[in-house]
Amino acid sequence: MTEKKIRVLVAKPGLDGHDRGAKVVARALRDAGMEVIYTGLRQTPEMIAEAALQEDVDVVGLSILSGAHMALTPRVMELLKANGQTHVKVFIGGIIPDEDMHSLKEMGVAGIFGPGASTDDIVRDVQMAVAG
Amino acid sequence: MAYSQAVLNGDRLALARLLTQVENNTPDGRAALIELFPHTGRAHLIGVTGAPGTGKSSLVNQLALYYRKVENKRLAIVAVDPSSPFTGGAVLGDRVRMRDLSGDPNVFIRSMATRGSLGGLAQSTANMVQVFDAAGFDIIIIETVGAGQSEVDVARLAHTTLVVEAPGLGDDIQAIKAGILEIADILVINKADRPGVENTEKALKSMLDLAHPTERVFQHHGSAMRTVAPKQDSSATLMWIPPIQKTVSIESKGIVELAESIGRHVSHLRQSGDWAVRERTRLEVELEALIREALLTRFWEDVPQKQYEDILEKVMQRNLSPWEAVKMLLTNVKQRPEGLIG
Repeated sequence: MTEKKIRVLVAKPGLDGHDRGAKVVARALRDAGMEVIYTGLRQTPEMIAEAALQEDVDVVGLSILSGAHMALTPRVMELLKANGQTHVKVFIGGIIPDEDMHSLKEMGVAGIFGPGASTDDIVRDVQMAVAG
Repeated sequence: MAYSQAVLNGDRLALARLLTQVENNTPDGRAALIELFPHTGRAHLIGVTGAPGTGKSSLVNQLALYYRKVENKRLAIVAVDPSSPFTGGAVLGDRVRMRDLSGDPNVFIRSMATRGSLGGLAQSTANMVQVFDAAGFDIIIIETVGAGQSEVDVARLAHTTLVVEAPGLGDDIQAIKAGILEIADILVINKADRPGVENTEKALKSMLDLAHPTERVFQHHGSAMRTVAPKQDSSATLMWIPPIQKTVSIESKGIVELAESIGRHVSHLRQSGDWAVRERTRLEVELEALIREALLTRFWEDVPQKQYEDILEKVMQRNLSPWEAVKMLLTNVKQRPEGLIG
């Protein structure tokens, strides 16, 4: 009875307190049969990387609405790398200006979803990223 | 070999990955479990169960902080939440209440989904606990799903089981029903600053007065399993009466007293010989589960799918009873040469 589930950490780094989007995404991923570890508000990049390690996740989803994505995202990715979790795919959801998208993608972010993104697209992109 | 050696050396990434292998029941996971088994049997396993919303995760957070700060123990937490019966997906949210523990390299928290298992734990929870045990964690806290009345598997796994209640959840008839309250080594009334706490305490006390002292013998698939050692003498001190501890997790109230109570339970287990009996019970349950799995594997290896479906069809038509069907199917299961693992 071997069973492989996609495990996703959904986290909100930084100080904004709006977690509805993160919860909607967590729910959508759950309904797609994934195991979603939800860590709640106001996480530091260190807390997120540690949780990603302990939970051995395939994907980290960051919800950032504060505008601090250019500071928080590279830090999370550095820490994941330092822990040896180079295979983990990082997705971002939130308010991300177009001009930042390119540099985030260059950092290795697997996908970025703004307001109005459909949960079907998110599910499909996560599944495809994990499948490689 | 790679996994188990790295885990014994304290490699946290290897530990996390091995836990996934064990959870998915892969060949690598099973091989590592065999190698790690001689290193198990040292940790104190504490089970925490109770209805949804009674504050189990917050209580675990507080207990873990106490064990870190006061007793300097290495600590693992296995937190189980339910899988969806429809999609198989899950949202595992216990870490939300445990943020105080992050950043401490001597704490390792792992969330897991039940994946269809019904007893309050997942099928592989016991195996994951063994990995933590071998990895040298002193205390392993197992938090069950929000339990109803019959999710009692944790009591067969843990040395010490805490059942967490909160005020306002039921009257004294709930308290004398069989099931979850019976498995408590320690009863915790969390949220004890809420109104109605006196009634909850009174109901639990009267339940204890009615119930004790009795010897606890688990009924497990029809066969009775003793969880209390044969009495060495007639003194009543050998009988453990579950204490009632009142806590307010979010204010850290009652945690020291609860930890002391857990400590007394450990001493009791050691002195009464109950520790060894519980270990035996736990291993027996595990062995039995493995036997069942191995026999089922053999069955599916030997019985052609076609024959199985034909017989199922006959049962559907009421031409054959399920009992006769089993008899017919089992005639196909072959003898194996000795030493071959099914």
